[in-house]
Amino acid sequence: MLRNVAGIVCVAARPLRPLRSSRPLRFSRRFLSRALAPGAAVVCALLLGACRQDMQVQPKILPLAESQFFEDGRSARPVVAGTVARGQLRTDELLFTGKSNGADAVQFPFAITRQDLERGRERYNIYCSLCHGASGDGQGMIVQRGFPPPPSYHIDRLRQAPAGHFFDVITNGYGTMFSYASRVNPQDRWRIVAYIRALQLSQNGALADVPVAERQTLAGGAQ
Amino acid sequence: MTQVFKRSANTLSRFSIYGFAFFVIAMGAVIYAVNKSPYLTDVNVIRDQPVPFSHKHHAGELGIDCRYCHTSVEESSFAGLPPTATCMTCHSRIWTNAQMLEPVRASYRSGKSIEWTRVNAVPDFVYFNHSIHLKKGVGCPTCHGPVAEMPLTWRANTMQMQWCIDCHREPERYVRPRDQVFRSDYHPPADQLALGRRLVKEYKIQKLTNCSTCHR
Ligand code: HEC
Ligand code: HEC
Ligand code: HEC
Ligand code: HEC
Ligand code: HEC
Ligand code: HEC
Repeated sequence: MLRNVAGIVCVAARPLRPLRSSRPLRFSRRFLSRALAPGAAVVCALLLGACRQDMQVQPKILPLAESQFFEDGRSARPVVAGTVARGQLRTDELLFTGKSNGADAVQFPFAITRQDLERGRERYNIYCSLCHGASGDGQGMIVQRGFPPPPSYHIDRLRQAPAGHFFDVITNGYGTMFSYASRVNPQDRWRIVAYIRALQLSQNGALADVPVAERQTLAGGAQ
Repeated sequence: MTQVFKRSANTLSRFSIYGFAFFVIAMGAVIYAVNKSPYLTDVNVIRDQPVPFSHKHHAGELGIDCRYCHTSVEESSFAGLPPTATCMTCHSRIWTNAQMLEPVRASYRSGKSIEWTRVNAVPDFVYFNHSIHLKKGVGCPTCHGPVAEMPLTWRANTMQMQWCIDCHREPERYVRPRDQVFRSDYHPPADQLALGRRLVKEYKIQKLTNCSTCHR
């Protein structure tokens, strides 16, 4: 508001400036002119300073900004059918669909390292633990608030399920669960699957599975 | 020869000299105050939204991670706002009858976007990028305040140049460990400066005060 008012004043004040310099000042008292001229100049300068320049709002499109130009009001345009972005040529069936020869794959498309598992844990805790719970028991926060509970990952059917099935559920959704394809990229989906496998192992582990060097810390933690 | 000026002119001239100095200082103070006031900076001004979406509820009480909705914040300049489908991952099944969620359901049915009111913004001549700040250990609350306690979103900092520069000059006063960036319950330790200096070295944080960093 203030800016608009100042803007109007600025525009109104501009034509006055050349006029004033071309005409001799008519004040008979010198002190008055001395006091007023710089004063007026300062006021003008301050008001001009409040003017908004075009650089403030440029005719460019910012992400998710609305658009008057397109019918649906969106500046973000859908991708033209058939476009292939760099790295998106989906020739690797296993990596992008979780299937090999049409059936859910049992193997992973790349070797899983410790970093992959850490990344999988991070992604799982962002996108999945809300409903499936931090340990995969299906009792996450949103379920406690009334969302239909998903099955626990530790039931036999899901323990036997091939890795490709989990990939497919994340990619395409399953029953009441929505797809997470737009938010989790294929590589991260596989890392999440690897982490779910780790969760499944953890719930059915025995002390004998733990490396000897680590057993001591476990015993300490249990007490 | 008669006097051109009366005696009273002395007082008047003195008055005008001091008065002018006072006027300039007062104007400066007023401009400064207006510039810093919520009237211009929008700090602490709560915006009406088409749906009364509460971060306090979702991010605070339910503990949903920022990235569940602001998906692109780690990889791009733009934090991103959630598409309606993201709300529907949960609201297809819970609070399905709530009147306040009707705009969300309508948007999902019709495919028309919900038009959120912008809260934080820098002018178009400024380049800002989220991803670099998160990678170098600047947490969301450092810039956006306690979002996880906001029933409706407001702006917590002025987003003016001085504010940006304050941190760019001395990042060690604000940075935190990378794994704490998304946490709303992080409290800086008592010896923030010691931690900050260590992190500045570890993450190789530069002090970017060159104009072309932000005006490019
Ligand atoms: C909003 C809650 C919610 C979130 C978040 C969620 N799920 Fe689910 N998930 C469900 C529900 C509900 C089911 C059961 C669906 C049904 O049976 O109709 C389910 C089922 C599953 C199943 C079992 C499918 C089967 O064969 O029974 C898997 C695997 C799964 N989800 C994986 C994931 C992964 C991985 C993520 C994170 C990317 C995730 N879910 C995030 C709610 C959720
Ligand atoms: C359930 C989804 C969801 C989650 C989780 C979420 N947000 Fe938001 N956020 C939104 C929506 C929707 C808006 C737009 C409405 C508004 O401004 O309140 C928004 C707006 C914002 C804005 C203001 C954007 C603007 O207009 O300038 C900030 C800042 C923000 N979120 C930060 C966060 C932070 C930090 C977290 C994590 C603590 C977080 N959000 C978690 C959905 C979410
Ligand atoms: C991960 C699940 C989840 C997502 C995603 C989610 N919500 Fe919610 N929302 C909830 C739950 C659970 C409640 C009810 C809270 C309770 O029972 O205390 C709720 C309540 C609400 C309410 C009414 C309660 C209140 O006072 O705030 C509104 C409005 C709302 N959500 C809007 C949204 C919008 C808009 C989005 C999308 C940006 C969204 N929600 C995304 C889980 C979610
Ligand atoms: C260094 C300060 C800073 C940090 C840290 C920061 N933001 Fe922002 N955020 C901004 C500024 C500045 C804007 C306005 C950007 C613009 O106008 O282009 C903004 C805008 C946003 C918006 C509105 C959409 C957009 O991108 O313009 C959202 C949502 C948001 N931030 C969320 C977050 C979340 C979530 C985090 C933490 C993961 C975060 N921000 C961390 C400064 C920051
Ligand atoms: C709380 C601290 C903090 C605040 C506030 C902050 N920044 Fe930064 N900014 C950083 C740090 C740390 C870096 C990383 C420096 C480096 O590259 O080592 C950075 C880097 C940047 C970069 C460089 C990105 C690139 O690609 O080169 C830009 C641009 C930037 N900031 C803009 C801004 C703007 C604009 C604002 C104000 C709206 C702002 N920052 C506020 C801490 C901050
Ligand atoms: C860390 C980022 C950053 C750096 C570095 C930076 N600026 Fe800015 N500058 C900003 C932001 C943000 C604004 C917008 C302030 C606002 O919204 O009022 C801005 C605004 C301005 C403006 C317009 C002021 C106005 O009120 O319209 C000028 C002029 C300017 N900057 C000059 C410079 C010069 C000269 C330098 C180098 C000495 C510089 N900037 C370095 C972030 C930066």
